[in-house]
Amino acid sequence: MNGSRRQVLGLGACLAAAAALAPGLRLIELAQARSPEEAASKLQRWGLLIDTAKCGECDDCVTACHEENGVKGHGRPATDSQWIRKVNLKDKRTGFAQTLPVMCQHCEEAPCIDVCPTGASMRRADGIVLVDKHICIGCRYCVMACPFGARQFVHEKTTGQKADVPRGQGTVEACTLCVHRVDRGEEPACVSACQRDGGKAMTFGDLKDPDSAIARRLKSERSTALRADLALDPGVRYQGLS
Amino acid sequence: MRAARAAALVLALAAFAAAVAAGADALAGRVAEPVVKIDRPGSCVEPTAVMRRDHMKLLLQQRDRTLRLGIRDTRHSLKNCVECHADASTGSVLGKDGFCESCHRYASVSIDCFECHSPERQARVAERK
Repeated sequence: MNGSRRQVLGLGACLAAAAALAPGLRLIELAQARSPEEAASKLQRWGLLIDTAKCGECDDCVTACHEENGVKGHGRPATDSQWIRKVNLKDKRTGFAQTLPVMCQHCEEAPCIDVCPTGASMRRADGIVLVDKHICIGCRYCVMACPFGARQFVHEKTTGQKADVPRGQGTVEACTLCVHRVDRGEEPACVSACQRDGGKAMTFGDLKDPDSAIARRLKSERSTALRADLALDPGVRYQGLS
Repeated sequence: MRAARAAALVLALAAFAAAVAAGADALAGRVAEPVVKIDRPGSCVEPTAVMRRDHMKLLLQQRDRTLRLGIRDTRHSLKNCVECHADASTGSVLGKDGFCESCHRYASVSIDCFECHSPERQARVAERK
């Protein structure tokens, strides 16, 4: 059997295999940015992996988040919105200090959705937890229910909002995982800032795609959820927490 | 006698009609007509009659599709409305002659959209920084 005959046979086998699959059916879903007309899919679940060992003193993620989402304070720390905050932990006995960013953990079993009386707290098919401010009545049950303090109430009139990030007085808001960027195929602003200027401590990706960097790392390295005892299955996971 | 009475009646009716017309004119003068200023001429996303009657239906449908399903086609999005209809001088759909506000003020219908959404064209927001 010469080479060319073998090639022809191989090509024939490939064509037969391709013809056996129904058109439009893929054995493996293609990992690519959605078109704007396409709905978010449950074939994906967006998540973050934060390595606290690499997270340093900077707060570039916080600055980038608030810049991207037009979150502006009024110089009143008690009531100003924080979509993401740096939390400092210190072991009192040993003096070992850690710092880590905490934002909405985008839980699979989100308590904020359980308690919402209007259905404004919601979870998109791809796992991003959002507030539908059109039907939020500002009751703040979710603010109390969230164990991470992620939900924020907008106390004051807002102006100068970003077109992609509406914000309004009397409604609750939180990290959206930069849903407007994710829908364009980009990563959240905090992750971009951390990769560019910070300690490269944050990784963003599709938890359901076994070939994504985040899924590969989660499979091979130890990581934990904040308040793992609550079994909320958050989309944000941490490494190096002690 | 009868002719005189009829003439008087006709005169009175004419005077009344004139007064009503004058009143209507005065009323029209008092209420500012909406300013429909189109800075970017061309066709809207739907025929004008449909947009006048149903723009809120389209917007409500679009908002739920975008927020809940993540479908981000821009055809009926509020962002698309603002990009096209924002005033050239103020960069906004609000304000006295703003495309949205002038009509809504005339019809006495409050607009809640811009309590949260930006009423300004994005290029204008970026310029201000």
